[in-house]
Amino acid sequence: MISLRGVTKRFPSVLANDRIDLDLRAGEIHGLLGENGAGKSTLLKVLFGFYRADAGEFLLHGQPVSIKTPRDARRAGIGMVFQDLSLIPAFTVAENIALFLPGLKAVLDPSEIERRIAETSARYGLEVEPGALVSQLSIGTQQKVEILKLLLSEARLLILDEATRVLAPHEVTALFEVLDNLRSDNYAIVLITHKLREVLECADRITVLRNGRVAGSLLRTEATDEKLVEMMFEKALPTPNLAGRRPPLRSGAPVLELCHVSTRAEGAGTSLHDIELSIHAGEIVGIAGVSGNGQKELCDAVLGMERCVEGVKLLSGRDLTNEPVHTMRSNGVAFVPENPLTMASVPFMTVLENMALTRTAHYARRAGFAVNWQAVEADMNSTAQRLGFPVMFRAISKSLSGGNLQRMVIVRELTHDPQLILASYLTRGLDVQSAIAARQALIQARDRGAGILLVSEDLEELFSLSDRLLVLYAGQVVGEFRPAETDPLTIGHLMTGSEAKHVHRQ
Amino acid sequence: MSTASSAASRPILPARLRDAVGRNLLMVLLAVLSFGVILLLSGKDPIQSYADILRSTLGSAYGLSEVVVAMIPMLITALAVALPARIGLINVGGEGQLYIGAAFATWAALTLGYLSPWILLPLMMLLGMVGGALWAFIPGYLKAIGLVNETITTLLLNSVAPKVVGFLIFGYWHSAMDTVKTTNFVPAARLPAFFGTRIHLGMVLALVLLTAFWFVMKYTRWGLEMRAIGGNPQAARRNGIPLSRYLLSIMCIGGAIAGLAGMSQVSGFYGVLILNFSMGLGFMGFLISWLAGGDPLGIVLMSAVVAIITTGGNLLQLTRDLPYAVINILLAFTLFVVLARPRFFEGKKA
Repeated sequence: MISLRGVTKRFPSVLANDRIDLDLRAGEIHGLLGENGAGKSTLLKVLFGFYRADAGEFLLHGQPVSIKTPRDARRAGIGMVFQDLSLIPAFTVAENIALFLPGLKAVLDPSEIERRIAETSARYGLEVEPGALVSQLSIGTQQKVEILKLLLSEARLLILDEATRVLAPHEVTALFEVLDNLRSDNYAIVLITHKLREVLECADRITVLRNGRVAGSLLRTEATDEKLVEMMFEKALPTPNLAGRRPPLRSGAPVLELCHVSTRAEGAGTSLHDIELSIHAGEIVGIAGVSGNGQKELCDAVLGMERCVEGVKLLSGRDLTNEPVHTMRSNGVAFVPENPLTMASVPFMTVLENMALTRTAHYARRAGFAVNWQAVEADMNSTAQRLGFPVMFRAISKSLSGGNLQRMVIVRELTHDPQLILASYLTRGLDVQSAIAARQALIQARDRGAGILLVSEDLEELFSLSDRLLVLYAGQVVGEFRPAETDPLTIGHLMTGSEAKHVHRQ
Repeated sequence: MSTASSAASRPILPARLRDAVGRNLLMVLLAVLSFGVILLLSGKDPIQSYADILRSTLGSAYGLSEVVVAMIPMLITALAVALPARIGLINVGGEGQLYIGAAFATWAALTLGYLSPWILLPLMMLLGMVGGALWAFIPGYLKAIGLVNETITTLLLNSVAPKVVGFLIFGYWHSAMDTVKTTNFVPAARLPAFFGTRIHLGMVLALVLLTAFWFVMKYTRWGLEMRAIGGNPQAARRNGIPLSRYLLSIMCIGGAIAGLAGMSQVSGFYGVLILNFSMGLGFMGFLISWLAGGDPLGIVLMSAVVAIITTGGNLLQLTRDLPYAVINILLAFTLFVVLARPRFFEGKKA
């Protein structure tokens, strides 16, 4: 349906796409696979008219077509679901979809729009409530709305950028069923991901990008795990050796203690109720839960972003309840937030400047009139080398891919030997290799005596890393286990609230 | 890799500077052209009128000095807007802060006139800054505790401040002859002037402040923290930068700078506190800061342009029989062109 020929896109410090050829066919799911920074997102943003290609051309049904703006792309029947969804939270589902319809009438006909939504959603298994406010929908449902929006706007090629990143396992399965239906109706679909399992599960054709070039293209039938990994990394992966490396639980002094902590949420947030939590030195405490059940608030409460309306927070025995963030930071609390773009970095600063932000006082020279950039670079470099992460200090952080940004934040937060690390979705957006390195770095920090709070939705990750596992549901701790004494099924039931509260403490 | 990119970035800077200057001048040119149409419509010869403006300002040493005099309060009030703008605060209250600063400085000039100028002038500067800072503290505090947006409060306080000054003049400070102004300041309370012109020490103050602003933003720890807040307040807070402390203190410093502009006007320019003396200097600073995009060099350039327009405009109403309001139209055109900023003027984006 659409072909890309020789598409090249250069950013100031990187060549993101280098002469890429890609054929997207109707009735086919095309998996686009690659490490962080391999150029997947950039390529599709070029195709969607978000960036302008420096060279190359697009062919629509064999005819050259110019795509310079997202409008052109939509006219060519291309629709894109962005990594961070683009719905308007204050609008209802129907309003969001109507906003996107081509040839929208001056006077809206809500029943007509709702009829069309109902028709399409029934056909592809995309059940949504047209009158519901988007702000009240789960991420998975919001994604359905995004897809519906594209279908109703008559897109024939759907681009899904890291669509599964924010979804729970059963939501991923549901999404793949929807995609199957769409394929049989002759839609062309591009699925951007770095998860092998997913492309093998649902794609018909798989193209692997590496360093901005096409490393190879395979039919699903010819593809195997090993082949794809080889294409992605050009070398064999070190086997993740996490299990069995856990030393016997050391009962170090408690680094963090929360006693009966409650918070009051503003707006759409979740309030915490009566949280009892302690993290000892040399211990990783995993927090399992479906996102939106208070994980963000828990981290923010510990960090000092959110006020505790009740309860006490002790850091290494000192009462620091409701102390500001900089006090917590200077007492050795590090934080890897779930969204590095909005929560941890300043887009128009260079990576180096961003690296200095958590420790401005430490790096200040001459009473603050100068900043010791050499020291920043040296410190960060040594952490980056330990992790095996490449860091482009001079790049503007806005130009980094999601994974590179996450690596930047991880490097920054693991420098300076923090005594307490709050890691929220540590490996989100990271490729396999980086994820392993990040996990190993966490274990190293633990072995050096740091206390770690690990928030994740990836049960496999939680089970392999945690020394203790807590389940958070609706702002409450509903279960506490040793990983060896429980199984994912139990945790899964607690996460979804389908089992009564049962806490068995050590 | 890192050395190569830093080496490459060095020669880029002058080019960027040249671009910025060229871009600003182009925008002014566009405004001038559209205003020419207005002049034509009202039956005046635009070329003659512009020639008049230029001759009266840049054509003679005296004219030039008057432009510089007019620039002084503009530079300072523009900085009072540009600094808070770096952390996302919109200070529309320069006008009010300037009045209160002027009133504080006047108190010292009137009651402590016996002191040596070496003590009195620094004291007046300090008081002017304290006055402006206090006036800005109100919106700053309300903003820092998350209660009210500073844009509204600073704007509203602008109409309160001149009334406060009026109360002081009418009630206590007015001179024996005149109810709308104080007695003239003693020489010790006057900022010294240079070269037999009306250019006074305020010019030096303004340039020092602008240089300090540039240096702080570019090289210091506080500049780094402020740029972080301006770039992403949420991330800055999570990274341990004390956000509300900055909001409050930068608002107060902005107010202090505007207060200093008030002090410099009464002490350097008028030598007396007159009711409603400012006539919108604070707003002019706001305009200039936005025209210049908060850039120190841009502030100097834009102040020069605005000063030429206003001083030249004074003459225009005499020689060309144009109402002074016409000058406001020209200023409005300039603002409009900058805010509507056509894509053409923006640098190439990657």
